Amino acid sequence: MSKYLFYPGCAMETSAKAYCDSLTAIQPILGLDVIEVEDWNCCGATEYLGISLTPAYALIGRNLALASKQATETKTLIASCSACYLNLAKADHYMQERPLLNENVNTALAAGGLSYQPGTLELRHLLDVIINDIGLDYVRSKVVNPLKGLRVAPYLGCMVPRPDYDHRWSDHEHPDELDRLIAALGAEVIDFPLKTHCCGGHMTQIGPSTAFELIRRLISSADQYQADIMVTVCPMCQMNLDAYQGETNRYFHTNYQMPIVFFTQLMGLAFGLEAKHLGFGKELVSAGKALGRIGIEVPEPEEKQARPKRTKPTGLPMPTMPGDEEVN
Amino acid sequence: MTTATQTIKPTSRFFDPTNPNLRFLEEVSAATAGVARLEMCIQCGTCGGSCPSALDMDHTPRMLFAMIRAGMREEALRSNTPWMCVSCYHCVVRCPQDVHIPDVMYTLKGMAIRTKLYKDSTAPDFSSTFVDMVESYGRSFEFGLATRHYLKHFPLRLPGMAPMGLGMLSKHRMGIKPKRIEGIDQLKAILDRAKELEAVP
Repeated sequence: MSKYLFYPGCAMETSAKAYCDSLTAIQPILGLDVIEVEDWNCCGATEYLGISLTPAYALIGRNLALASKQATETKTLIASCSACYLNLAKADHYMQERPLLNENVNTALAAGGLSYQPGTLELRHLLDVIINDIGLDYVRSKVVNPLKGLRVAPYLGCMVPRPDYDHRWSDHEHPDELDRLIAALGAEVIDFPLKTHCCGGHMTQIGPSTAFELIRRLISSADQYQADIMVTVCPMCQMNLDAYQGETNRYFHTNYQMPIVFFTQLMGLAFGLEAKHLGFGKELVSAGKALGRIGIEVPEPEEKQARPKRTKPTGLPMPTMPGDEEVN
Repeated sequence: MTTATQTIKPTSRFFDPTNPNLRFLEEVSAATAGVARLEMCIQCGTCGGSCPSALDMDHTPRMLFAMIRAGMREEALRSNTPWMCVSCYHCVVRCPQDVHIPDVMYTLKGMAIRTKLYKDSTAPDFSSTFVDMVESYGRSFEFGLATRHYLKHFPLRLPGMAPMGLGMLSKHRMGIKPKRIEGIDQLKAILDRAKELEAVP
């Protein structure tokens, strides 16, 4: 078992619970042993950097400092979220490039009794570790339930292959790592041209029309290539494409129903794990139909319990609509 | 008596060697993390051509960088361009001069917030609210962030978003209580010190 330090990031506990659950489920199969960074804080996403520089890097610096204190067995720190991965890598890189930044961040960290020597840790994304350390041959050897016939659009998004400070990816715009992983699971990979285009990032919150157009481009392209499902490696990408797909459909008067899942969820299915342990059902656009086509049953989406209807009319008689009786 | 219009000095179209804003390029570069390489821009326009949100920008990144070089401080800080940047890094990997474009955009956002020169408060408010949550809890808090932000900036979007919000809540993808880290006092001490350092020019 190879050991790694792990920085989950805020979304893994909330919006990307499916990513967290599926990763936890496949870890023993992959022999991936991780130590979570103790009492980590938010990486600041893309927001803090635009407010003020030194505090933004000090925020990231605290995570690096905490991780380096735990770096006895390994110096590799894995992040599962693309933005967290980039922020950690960026702080480490710029602290080396700009001595003044290093000095300021460490002066700030000293106020909390911490320090970080840039270059101490090796910052990597989860997908990179699975592909390059564990290896596709190993992954292939663990596949007991090949996802034959499932057409998958591999979607990496921006912040994993770019800017790529350590030259870890095969290409900045058309890397094939995720394609090869999905193929190893037995699924049919479409040659998705927009695989590293933007999901809209925080624009869903601040400039919806810009975001909806970026979401539309990705989903309509995957749809044109007749993908059954889109696979992501990032909580933000999953959130934008899944949770805002409905609003995007209303905005453009379209009716896309493209399920968006995490690559770890598909890995779990191919490894023969049950869908209910892999976070399926948490997506807002259900993956049930797409997976049903290849004979995988996915639990019914966790819907809110419908309020029981009153059986006897009480109070004033209310008008009823045709079909009211059937709904319950 | 001076009127409001007289107090705002229009940018001169003629070269003025005493214009203090001529150093604006150096200022932006120095305030950016890492080595920004903004001085290296050769105005090729690859950045704008690669940008997914260029259509919604007041100026393409290339134009904005030319404005910075020309000392057009106010115009550059009023531009919506940095706020429309989605941090996709397409421009960075294609730039023949290795200019750290998104990092320059972050610098301009920070400068626009400090001088209150932004035109639309939606994006600055979102960033500030996000940062408030992180500074108070040490973690992001989506529910608090979303409700505060949408009520202020997109109240009309709320009814349409209700199914999505309820979906996120019922599927336990959004907590209604924030999570606070144990070392919040330590984090606050670190950030306070960082803010003091930031204030030193």
